[in-house]
Amino acid sequence: MSTTTPIEPDFAVSAGLVQPRLPRWGSALVAVMALALAGLLTMVLGLSLVAGFVVAALLFVVGLPLWSRMVEGSRAAADRFATCLVWASFAAVVVPLVWLVWLVLKNGFGVLSVEFLTYSMRGIVGEGGGIYHALMGTLLVTLAATLISVPIGLFTAIYLVEYGRGGRLARTTTFLVDVMTGIPSIVAGLFALALFVMIFGPAIRIGFGGSVALSLLMIPTVVRSAEEMLRLVPSDLREASYALGVPKWRTIIKVVLPTAFGGIVTGIVLAISRVIGETAPLLVVAGATDSVNMNLFSGRMMTLPVYIYTQYSSPGVPAFGETGPPPGYARAWGAALVLIAIVMVLNLAARILQKTFAPKTERRR
Amino acid sequence: MAKSIDVSDLDIYYGDFKAVEGVNMSIRARAVTAFIGPSGCGKSTFLRALNRMHEVIPGARVEGKVIVSGQSLYDPTVDPVAVRRQIGMVFQRPNPFPTMSIYENVLAGMRLNSKKLSKSDADGIVEKSLRGANLWNEVKDRLGKPGMGLSGGQQQRLCIARAIAVSPEVLLMDEPCSALDPISTSAIEDLIHELKSEYTIVIVTHNMQQAARVSDETGFFNLKAAGQPGHLVEFNPTHKMFTNPDEPATEAYISGRFG
Repeated sequence: MSTTTPIEPDFAVSAGLVQPRLPRWGSALVAVMALALAGLLTMVLGLSLVAGFVVAALLFVVGLPLWSRMVEGSRAAADRFATCLVWASFAAVVVPLVWLVWLVLKNGFGVLSVEFLTYSMRGIVGEGGGIYHALMGTLLVTLAATLISVPIGLFTAIYLVEYGRGGRLARTTTFLVDVMTGIPSIVAGLFALALFVMIFGPAIRIGFGGSVALSLLMIPTVVRSAEEMLRLVPSDLREASYALGVPKWRTIIKVVLPTAFGGIVTGIVLAISRVIGETAPLLVVAGATDSVNMNLFSGRMMTLPVYIYTQYSSPGVPAFGETGPPPGYARAWGAALVLIAIVMVLNLAARILQKTFAPKTERRR
Repeated sequence: MAKSIDVSDLDIYYGDFKAVEGVNMSIRARAVTAFIGPSGCGKSTFLRALNRMHEVIPGARVEGKVIVSGQSLYDPTVDPVAVRRQIGMVFQRPNPFPTMSIYENVLAGMRLNSKKLSKSDADGIVEKSLRGANLWNEVKDRLGKPGMGLSGGQQQRLCIARAIAVSPEVLLMDEPCSALDPISTSAIEDLIHELKSEYTIVIVTHNMQQAARVSDETGFFNLKAAGQPGHLVEFNPTHKMFTNPDEPATEAYISGRFG
């Protein structure tokens, strides 16, 4: 309505409703000019391509608000400046991510083959071999770590939210969980090693030790995210359940947990993604090996991060008479690609689970 | 089997704070009893004390007696969960369970307690409760849809259906219409009239016309001063309360001259 109602021009101007605006193509013009100027500077000063783009971005972030200030006034200029900063921050986060994924894809995709995924490194000195042993190791170690952390973390969160009620024990637990969040991963690994050395004697290396170390890193993340999610469940729902004569424990199991399920699953998957790439603790306590070991409780166990590390630190030599990079480099890239893919699949699975179990809040209207 | 409630010398505390002081009243079976009074005067607190729901809040406790059909609710041997199975409650804001469908919401009282029900019994209870809550015709074709997809008034009637599905003896309603439009309010008031024949109903309301319309007896709660505990000023049949109250304070509140 208001757009079709003509406003008397005199009134509009006198009341300050109409202000001069930059033309629609204003920001595009500034962008082109910034690029051109930066290109010129790059050529004159002999800067690199990346530096040129940084200069162009800086020119844009300075130029657009300046022009806007001259034409539109200070509030619009501040708005444009803030918009520029938000987009710049977005680029600063996304560019490295895209770059990383592209680099890993470029270097790792060529290595992927059935052999790479199904062979171990047993007896391989040059070309060939695969990640089967590391893949299985990572999956088993992380699975065991999840099986340890999820019950402990979830029950801790339930205690904190439903029973602790800010008492002394609850406050102490929260504090200790915060402290645990800050444990460096290598310390977790050394702790697990010390623990298993104490039980089984020196020079012990088992996959389960890696699981214990990883679960030390996982538990605080699980507790924190589950706690937040449980707190988000409205107390109305708990009261509705109590008012129907449902005991507290059933209310928690059947009302609170299902309502928070999606968020809890996301939190768990994020925690898994956080620990699945840990190298140091696994190197310390699970060790490294070239053979397949499916037993978590006996013998060294290879994992993908440790595999990447060993392939890169001792990459072997090219076959006799050939030149080129050592064969280990390509295998390291391939393993990195597989690791990223696993994390991505986990995240997608969490998304799907979250969608499936989210509270049915679809509105009729 | 509706039951009457006798309250004697009831004091309610939140921690050290005394919220309600010295309430004596007897609530008749198969009648509607309304509580009116200004905000913060303790009428909701008192209502929640009638089925031990206020204990959900940390630090809340009660002194005095609440006797339902000869049984003191605050006897140490009484299980609060069992009390709440007999004395149902409907809240101010409609709160259907978001993870459940309309059908599951009505059966929540049984399902959450893992009571075994045959399919035909379950269907029967759902239909009877939804009919009892005047909601059956509106939702019978979409019982599998989420309860949160209903309108506010329908959600509130769903909550009433959920509360009567467990066949309680008393139904407590804490401002059940305050978030609803006049049409939904009228639907719920009609419902209260119908439910009266089977249940003892206690309703808290800020709407004095509503109290006059639906209730047989009315209690007026007030505060002596800010920070002081609330107390029951007058408890009388609704007709007397609104035409010829005993206390001048009641008359002042009802006629809008409050202070």
